[in-house]
Amino acid sequence: MKKTIFVILLGFSGAGFAGGGMLQNKCSTCHNIAGPATQTLKEAFEKKGPDLSYAGNKYRQGWLVSWLQKPQRIRPAGMYYGNHIKAGAKGDEVDVSTLKEHVALSKADATSVAAELMQLKPHDDLIAKEKIQSGTTSKQMGEMAFNKFLGCMACHLIEPGYGGLSGPEVYTAAKRLQPEYMASYIRSPQAWEPKSWMPNKHLSDANIQKMVNYLEVLSKETENAK
Amino acid sequence: MPNRLFLLVLLATCCTQIQAKEAAADNYKAYCVQCHGSDGKGGGVNVRDIAVVPRDHTDVKSMSGRSDETLFKAIKEGGASIDKSILMPPWDATLSDEEIKDMVQYLRVLCKCNFGS
Repeated sequence: MKKTIFVILLGFSGAGFAGGGMLQNKCSTCHNIAGPATQTLKEAFEKKGPDLSYAGNKYRQGWLVSWLQKPQRIRPAGMYYGNHIKAGAKGDEVDVSTLKEHVALSKADATSVAAELMQLKPHDDLIAKEKIQSGTTSKQMGEMAFNKFLGCMACHLIEPGYGGLSGPEVYTAAKRLQPEYMASYIRSPQAWEPKSWMPNKHLSDANIQKMVNYLEVLSKETENAK
Repeated sequence: MPNRLFLLVLLATCCTQIQAKEAAADNYKAYCVQCHGSDGKGGGVNVRDIAVVPRDHTDVKSMSGRSDETLFKAIKEGGASIDKSILMPPWDATLSDEEIKDMVQYLRVLCKCNFGS
């Protein structure tokens, strides 16, 4: 009897650790799981993947589950672009040969890892400060602000093959990210990542709302175009 | 009194460690190279679809035409603050004033020039 109980307990503990094991043992080789976010440039230059220590404040769970099964590149020049450039005819170019693909997980592992990531919420305070209003920003007006007035397109692709390369592409941003996170990161990238390549452009509340609305419009269009 | 002095020294040491100053070369590599290029000539990885070509930091003529104060202002408050492109963002939330001063000196090394030279 004692033996049976022991085996059952062992079985439960094994099941409980399956997801945790993967996050701690596998994911943590390239991602910061424990936090805090990168504090020095030396660390920032060596980063292999985005910080996941605040994943629950950042990502949409459904997107995590599907992306982990079929990963697609989000940062066209990798985590630190300087590690993935080569000299071209007109200046620096992305050296695609140096970029590594993200490992694909099974549906069960993706579901389990995503659920665990969503528990990591050290920045509920920053998220609580943002109130998202549904807006009527048209794609055209949003793009004009994103590109011409605010200059964000200098570093971000707004469609495949169009825009800057040092930052993550933004045409799927709203599919990946929670709206409050987008607003908060635009408001102060350094509050999340002290060594972010992204500057704080001191946007007004109205412009932050406009940009979040634009990113939502952009992601819907990207989805429809498929 | 000595106790107060000790506390002040302790506070100064602790705060310096929290906000450790980065070397200008590293700050340049992190934030400037994406647009101004790894050789500083304005051909960064982002320039393909950019509306205004970033400044060539090795160009003596244009760089010697700007005072250290103007360069400091452009880095801290962005291009618009000196009537230049908004594509040059403000870096005041990223770099301390001291780091920006170091960056101005780093730019002087890149252009091998001073204001008015």
